[in-house]
Amino acid sequence: MTTLATEPKTESKTDVLLGDEAIALAAIHAGISGAFSYPGTPATEILETIEKRAKRDSAGDVHACWAANEKVAYEEALGMSYAGKRSIVSMKHVGLNVAADPFMNSALTGAHGGLVVVVADDPSMHSSQNEQDTRYYGEFAQLPFYEPANQQEAYDITLEAFEESERLGLPVLIRVVTRLAHSRANVQVRSEGIKPPALGRYKNAIDWTLIPSNARRRNVRLTGMNAQLVEEAEASPYNMLALKGKTGVIASGIATNYVYENLGEDHDVSMLKIARYPIPTKLVKQLVGHCDEVLVVEDGYPFIESRLNGVLGLEGKKIKGRLTGDLPRTGELNPDNVRVGLGLAALPTPEPVDELAGRPPQLCKGCPHADFYNALTEALKEYDNSIVFSDIGCYTLGVLPPYSAIESCVDMGASIGMARGASLAGVHPSCCVIGDSTFAHSGLTPLVGAARSNSNMTVFILDNSTVAMTGAQQTMASGDEVVDLVKGVGVDAERIRIMNPLPRYHEENIKLIQEEVEREGLSVVIARRPCIQI
Amino acid sequence: MEKNIILAGVGGQGILSIAFCICNAALRKGWNFKQSEVHGMSQRGGAVESHVRVADKAIHSDMVPMGRADVVLSVEPLEVLRYAHFVAPNGVLCVSTSPFINIPEYPSLDSLLDKVASFPSYVLVDSKRLAKLAGSGYAENMVMLGSAATYMNIEVPDFDPFIKMLFSKKSERIVEVNWRAVRLGAVATQMFAKHLDEGAGAMGALKAVENLSDDILMEQAETLNPMASTV
Repeated sequence: MTTLATEPKTESKTDVLLGDEAIALAAIHAGISGAFSYPGTPATEILETIEKRAKRDSAGDVHACWAANEKVAYEEALGMSYAGKRSIVSMKHVGLNVAADPFMNSALTGAHGGLVVVVADDPSMHSSQNEQDTRYYGEFAQLPFYEPANQQEAYDITLEAFEESERLGLPVLIRVVTRLAHSRANVQVRSEGIKPPALGRYKNAIDWTLIPSNARRRNVRLTGMNAQLVEEAEASPYNMLALKGKTGVIASGIATNYVYENLGEDHDVSMLKIARYPIPTKLVKQLVGHCDEVLVVEDGYPFIESRLNGVLGLEGKKIKGRLTGDLPRTGELNPDNVRVGLGLAALPTPEPVDELAGRPPQLCKGCPHADFYNALTEALKEYDNSIVFSDIGCYTLGVLPPYSAIESCVDMGASIGMARGASLAGVHPSCCVIGDSTFAHSGLTPLVGAARSNSNMTVFILDNSTVAMTGAQQTMASGDEVVDLVKGVGVDAERIRIMNPLPRYHEENIKLIQEEVEREGLSVVIARRPCIQI
Repeated sequence: MEKNIILAGVGGQGILSIAFCICNAALRKGWNFKQSEVHGMSQRGGAVESHVRVADKAIHSDMVPMGRADVVLSVEPLEVLRYAHFVAPNGVLCVSTSPFINIPEYPSLDSLLDKVASFPSYVLVDSKRLAKLAGSGYAENMVMLGSAATYMNIEVPDFDPFIKMLFSKKSERIVEVNWRAVRLGAVATQMFAKHLDEGAGAMGALKAVENLSDDILMEQAETLNPMASTV
């Protein structure tokens, strides 16, 4: 197992941790003052664990905060860093799109107190809208970033990342994937936390005030560090080169395990394992120089592979991977598809049983969303040009039979803006469905515009008092708070209606929906009933 | 030593509790383990799986490679078939015969058991009856844990402290119910396997275990070491 590069562990103990939990515990042990996040699979457990364990591990002064969205979470963590304290911000991959503005600009401001950004990607989209690869963001922002291969590295790297962030004066990114985030193993952890250096607040305000003259100067600083960051990646103990035969493998992060699993102890394959970026150029050159043929094994996009070939390709070298079809172009890697990529014979297995009845996820028995959808589809069935846009949450399951009630799920808060766009295109009724937490995350801003223009559309806010899909985290606003928010952005109080989605109110709920759909202009209907899981 | 287990079922059937017991029993023996699971949208009443690997050496992949599962365990008879092709040539399917029906086109039980019986090695366990006999219809997952124990180099009493950890918040009685459940699962599995070996066929072996009286099953379960004294 890899040990901490910067500091030998004097005393350690064994703990049983998910990848997410290993990151959380390391953050506590690194002496963070705060942790910030918005719930999203597969990253949710990072903040959940910090909430739970901060007390148990006698780090009671850690602020563990759910933010309204990832952008806010990022900015809160950045503010803490400016104040000289260590902070961690965690999110799922698409959450970084929301937080992209502060993320990109924080590469220019830099960090003061250690700032670690953890992003959990979801290749194969177990619970996501796309399988974007966060390593592109790391490169885009020109920051140092890590991709741990296992739970032990997740712990050790997170500890190191705080030190690196302070040493380099930059935020440090850690990218994990679902299979590491949600896989448990025995991990050696410190028995006590570290006391971080007392830095005090940052003193040079112009560094962080990105007016053009300052931003240009900071951009020179950042780009000036590019070469240094590559050298440091080349020297990192998390990147390991072992030259053997003329066939080589470059594997990154969790994909490394699938390679080791298949090669076993006794093999003749030259191997470069990458867990710290930017791509360690020298090590890559050594490996490729030594080998005739190199298979690049990475979970996510062909990030390293595409850079090896570049535009022109490499004369005399065969580079294989996801782009050449030796590994699947999409979806997560696993020991089986990597075995095929390595050219090894498949293990003997029985034929898969075909034509099995599927068992898709579904709304729980008694779920308020189910009763809401029953009323909505009934209310809209006479219209031949209605659209119901939807958003991200349990209620997205309304797309499946027996409801088949919605037509979109794009990004957090998208439904409201899309309903306005469609209404301007002449659609009637133009409806959208959004949960209470998604509304607080990214629904307020589009509603401001819809209210200002009194767009002819109906917004349904499904207020179930919790962030249900990710395991019932506390929501930002529920009940009367939602009504106040809706009023506050400019919706006429008389056009805000409340319904109770229960079978016994089915008929009156249909009537209420039809009334609001028929009225010219913007209506907001709040279907309010708590999730049955809370 | 390395054992790979795939756990299958439906969200809410207690698969993660099975995984918890196996992993901790392995850890106490000084082994390594890895256990992968899927959270989020897939959990809502849908098919769920967890991969568990235990070994006295380093474990690389978090997922069990195809063809390397020593046990594919399912707390209901449809879900086992999704992962049955992961089973190793000398591996076994441990299958509950009590269906979890929450989809309209759920196949007939007979057709499912026929498919299971087409694999070289399997055991069928009436987890519903045994859980009730142990004292609670909710203990089917622990019955199946007992079934798998037979094939995993782990003795049933090794699970006892972790079953206690899982259920002591509920009550002492529930802890004891689950201790009994895991033993009944092990006993029923051994008996099923014996009858199958003797050529009874899947249905014959199932019938033979079904015909055993509650008293005999409970008596056999008692022989699997004392419960509380090991904890």
